[in-house]
Amino acid sequence: MSAIPFPAPPADTAEVQALRTEFRAFLDKHLSHRTPRQRSDNWYGFDRTFSLEMGKAGYLGMTWPKQYGGHERSAFERAVVVEESLAYGAPVGAHWIADRQSGPSILKFGTEEQKEAILPRIAAGELAFGIGMSEPDSGSDLAATRTKAVRDGDVYRVTGTKVWTSFAHEADYVILFCRTSGTPADRHQGTSQLLVNLKETPGLTIRPIIDLAGQHHFNEMHFEDAIVPAKNLLGQEGDGWNQVMSELAFERSGPERFLSSIELMYQLIEVLKGREDDAALAMIGRLTAQLAVLRRLSRSVAAMLQNKQDAGLQAAIVKDVGAVWEQTLPDFARQLVDAEPDPRTAKAYAGVLANIVHNSPSWSLRGGTREILRGIIARGLGTR
Amino acid sequence: MLAEMIQRLFERSLDDAAQGQARNGQWLDSLWAEVAEMGLPLALLSEEQGGFGLSPAEQGEALRLLGKLPVPLPVAETMGANRIFAKAGLPLAEGAAGLARANHLTLENGVLKGRVERVAWGEHLDCLCLAVDKTLYRVPRSGWTIAEQGSALNFHPRPSLEINWEVDAQAPLPHCPVAEGAVLRAYQIAGALEAALDMTLNHTATRVQFGKPLQKNQVVQHELAKLAGELACATAAADLAGEALARGNLLGIAAGSLRAREAAGNGAGIATQMHGAIGFTREHSLHLYTTSLWTWRDEFAGQVFWAKVLGKAAVQAGGDGYWPMVTEL
Repeated sequence: MSAIPFPAPPADTAEVQALRTEFRAFLDKHLSHRTPRQRSDNWYGFDRTFSLEMGKAGYLGMTWPKQYGGHERSAFERAVVVEESLAYGAPVGAHWIADRQSGPSILKFGTEEQKEAILPRIAAGELAFGIGMSEPDSGSDLAATRTKAVRDGDVYRVTGTKVWTSFAHEADYVILFCRTSGTPADRHQGTSQLLVNLKETPGLTIRPIIDLAGQHHFNEMHFEDAIVPAKNLLGQEGDGWNQVMSELAFERSGPERFLSSIELMYQLIEVLKGREDDAALAMIGRLTAQLAVLRRLSRSVAAMLQNKQDAGLQAAIVKDVGAVWEQTLPDFARQLVDAEPDPRTAKAYAGVLANIVHNSPSWSLRGGTREILRGIIARGLGTR
Repeated sequence: MLAEMIQRLFERSLDDAAQGQARNGQWLDSLWAEVAEMGLPLALLSEEQGGFGLSPAEQGEALRLLGKLPVPLPVAETMGANRIFAKAGLPLAEGAAGLARANHLTLENGVLKGRVERVAWGEHLDCLCLAVDKTLYRVPRSGWTIAEQGSALNFHPRPSLEINWEVDAQAPLPHCPVAEGAVLRAYQIAGALEAALDMTLNHTATRVQFGKPLQKNQVVQHELAKLAGELACATAAADLAGEALARGNLLGIAAGSLRAREAAGNGAGIATQMHGAIGFTREHSLHLYTTSLWTWRDEFAGQVFWAKVLGKAAVQAGGDGYWPMVTEL
């Protein structure tokens, strides 16, 4: 028995169907003015106003306990909101990471004080989070982390550099993965996580890293003897590795790892309308079949999360197969339609194609590279 | 429970010699007798219909096993034909059955005539579950002659039939035998890929080159991960198609069938490459799976047919209607 099992997802209940209808209406109400080019930004869109509306309507912290501002809804209901947000190209950047991984990590490992102070504000759409994992010399090899936090009375003094921090220049917090004892040679030992307030941390400098498309999402966070209150330790000192693996599981198990280029599919279909030939129809059909099956696999992951099962392996498969789908979509589109992509045009198709081509390389890097994911899957098959 | 019985039956009675006979076009009569004895042809029927009343998950498991073992008899087709016959209120097959659609057949003075292309084991069937437009016919073996011999990539017979039959069993068509066949093949493909992954893991664990098992190489590990991904997709695709068939959702059948067909090719390719030259021979049993995967992915209307069905619906839905369409599949 070597196959990695994906339990069949249950059919949508009436509640889930109603939520889908209701949430589509919500998106139409708040976002129908956005252009295709804007929609194709997908989770690179950052809009505090929209995130506050999401919070107000009860679409954030959906599965969390009510005492922390959550709504105690099912993993399926959250999955509906997540997939519909991405399929609509909603600007989710100001709540995405907080809702997906930082909040759940705080819920799992945080002190009562941390939970009460932070979770209700995430659920309200008020707090944006970044991810504080990668470093200049420690990307996929997270255990080689060097950023050091030294306890000094009731504070930690932090020194080191984190990179690829999306929206650090806009966000309110990161969960910083760092070393509280020993050296990088100790690997998993001696690491911890700290809640770092990006607006109020003396000694922290945030610098932009401009990506190949000229966009400013990434940042470098430079900590130079930065002061973080000791009460901001998340979980146990020295237990950082287990905690960060748990956070990565939240990051990777989302049912969203194949929708980054979906706006291009919509625009491609619009361009093909009226001039579709058999080859074009067949290609659209094949791509749609792949998408439908990815979606089913991701619904299986949601079913596992709902049943409190470990879905790490299944999520790695969805992300690996899903990233190939979203990343190769522009190449299939290019086989059907001749168009010069243009990052500055107002034309829907050429503009969306440009945005997708520019951004697609990141989709098999973020949240674990393709190579790391395949390693995880191979280990799950018993080869390592 | 049924899965265990199927597993035991074929592990006991299906050996390399039998597989070789099937490859030569020989009908495995005694094996079929055991299949019938066990009641397998009724496996997809409800208890009221005289079947086992299996859950969708149990049905899927049984169908995947027919691909995983892999069974060189039209067991899946017979199960599917009986599902259609039972729904239509026609008598069930008394032996093996085939599934086909042929809209070009003519009906004159109560006689159905014309050619039906490439029916699995057509010479040895008891009857054919045949759709012509919106009518279902239960054609008995006496209603056709063999028009032309044919062979699948796994060397099982695919003769074309010349129908000449005075109609005495027909009903309005409950659902299309080609859609039924496409769903059955999706499950068989998922089962065969399960076997292919097992064999590939086993081979790469035991085959030592450059002083270490093949699967200690990262490049091999990544291919195994891709194969596991294709298997996951095929399995989900089969279930998607199976549920769509139960709901009468043609687009869902198209989606599931298509992705399973694609996984058949991708998966067979990786498994063969990871086996090296031995996977290209009849000395290793991998070929039973790869040749069947290549067979099944092109049957019951082809990839292009189903892709156009789904593609046409997608373009009709338009950019705004595309995602809502996907969530209904």
